[in-house]
Amino acid sequence: MVADVTAPELGLRGIATELNTPPRTRARSRARSIGRGNVTHIIVLTLTAVYFLLPLYAAGKFALTVDGHFSWAGLKGISKQDGFKDAFVLSFKLALVTTLISLALMVPTAVLVHLRFPNLRRFFDGLTLLPIVIPPVVLIVGVLQVAPQKLKGTPYLLALEYVVLAMPFMYRSLDAGLRSFDLRTIVDASRSLGGGWLSTLWHVLLPNLRSAVLSGVVLTVALVLGEYTMATLDQYTTFPVWIVYNDQSSSQTSVAASLLALLVTWLVLIIIAAFGGQRRGRGNREEA
Amino acid sequence: MSAVVTDGAPRLARRRPALKGLGAAGGLLPFGAYVTIFLLVPAVAVVVGAFRSPTGQATLHNLHLATQSQYRKGYETSIELSIIASVLPAILGFLIARSIHRAPAESFLRRLVVSLSGVFANFGGVPLAFLFISTVGNTGLLTKWLSDIHFDLYGDTGFNLYGKSGVVLVYLYFQIPLMVLVILPALEGLTPSWREASDNLGGSTLDYWRHVGGPALAPSVLGATLLLFGSAFSAYATAEALTSGTIALTPIQIGAFLNGNVLPGQENVGKALATGMLLIIGAVMVVYVLLQRRAAKWSQT
Repeated sequence: MVADVTAPELGLRGIATELNTPPRTRARSRARSIGRGNVTHIIVLTLTAVYFLLPLYAAGKFALTVDGHFSWAGLKGISKQDGFKDAFVLSFKLALVTTLISLALMVPTAVLVHLRFPNLRRFFDGLTLLPIVIPPVVLIVGVLQVAPQKLKGTPYLLALEYVVLAMPFMYRSLDAGLRSFDLRTIVDASRSLGGGWLSTLWHVLLPNLRSAVLSGVVLTVALVLGEYTMATLDQYTTFPVWIVYNDQSSSQTSVAASLLALLVTWLVLIIIAAFGGQRRGRGNREEA
Repeated sequence: MSAVVTDGAPRLARRRPALKGLGAAGGLLPFGAYVTIFLLVPAVAVVVGAFRSPTGQATLHNLHLATQSQYRKGYETSIELSIIASVLPAILGFLIARSIHRAPAESFLRRLVVSLSGVFANFGGVPLAFLFISTVGNTGLLTKWLSDIHFDLYGDTGFNLYGKSGVVLVYLYFQIPLMVLVILPALEGLTPSWREASDNLGGSTLDYWRHVGGPALAPSVLGATLLLFGSAFSAYATAEALTSGTIALTPIQIGAFLNGNVLPGQENVGKALATGMLLIIGAVMVVYVLLQRRAAKWSQT
């Protein structure tokens, strides 16, 4: 027995030893081999962290410093700036309208593709990526060219286009959600119990898609609240457009507003990522 | 009797999905109509407009102007900038993805980096420009720190946040995470047994990457780089907020046409410029799709 372990582990005997080694020991030897390259990887990750965190720190310091001292004044001053309220309300309305249209359009489409046209899935993957490929600046040129005068007079034209810009994120989120459970079985079960299509969608599919819908919604809202190109070229002062205008009169509040917008979005995104991970974890355990 | 049943069953099964398919196809109509109206029609209108004079006659004049003097320069700068801002983050993102890939899939570090990448990759535009202005702008924090140790960031290095080098530095902020997100699945697709096989045959780490890992990953890495190119090429907000139009970039030049800075008779040159962008992006995407197909070969295990 002892001789087996010390002998060069070759041939059948070696394989047998390898197979008999308790998994814990094997894991530890793997960990040691990871340790060898650790220094490079620690350097890579540290430099990355500095590059990504330093601008956040600098912006935070700039936004929260008055006369060399820490102060919340910059942050508190945001709401008092000219035009902030109008810009924020407009962006908020656009986000709401965009999200509603996007959900009404994308949820039934994604379910239908997965249920009835699985061989179109690749095609839809590509099609929904198109908006990423077409530059927003090109799209808005075309939109302003063809949109009827009536639509051009309202900011909701932007919402209609934001649905297109958000399509890749919304579809991808829903796609991931629909792949994570056995769609066909669940739908067949609901249908055979007498559920109509609408009640199946509402009572059976949506609860299962909750985290997918949620992440799609958050990405959509984040996109609308941050979109600058189309809004500025369509001459509407949304929140990001306001940030740029406002910079000329008070750069501190503009930096503070940028930072605040980011942190809120990130917080929500991170919570959703953690939430999604948890759900996936639970699903795996049930399978095992 | 039994012959009738076995005969009839397949026919019934064949007919039902076909009928259902027709009805279900109708369900895809709203989506198709929406994409057509709000994506395809505007895109086509741009291309058609590029071939029209302001009075509506067919002409090649716009396209001709779009390839001359400052517009030609705009394309050149845009392409040059996008190449740097895609190759550099592709390399850096790959290194980071490799570091992350070594951590166990469920580790905190890995989940943190993947979540953060998703967050940072979607982050561009105006706020990003402001973040960097407060870091390495004329009076930025890092600029100040460096000048405290008698290092003039702007004078000593030729760096300029409000110029090309600045735009590249800022683009890295969303390009690197995008690379990490795109390439991590490809790294995961590398079967560990290939590495073991290479090791068992006496191959070194270098041999493995040269003959096994490298060729298998190459289509994915190239494809991801093209994706980054497209992303840098079409970015508008960050560059505009940062440079306020001081460097000639095609998207900013197109924007200027919408803002009404147009010579009479040249109203449609903006559309010609936009058509040029579509052509370049289109070419990039065709190569991307071909590479994806190659890459898919390796992930089909």
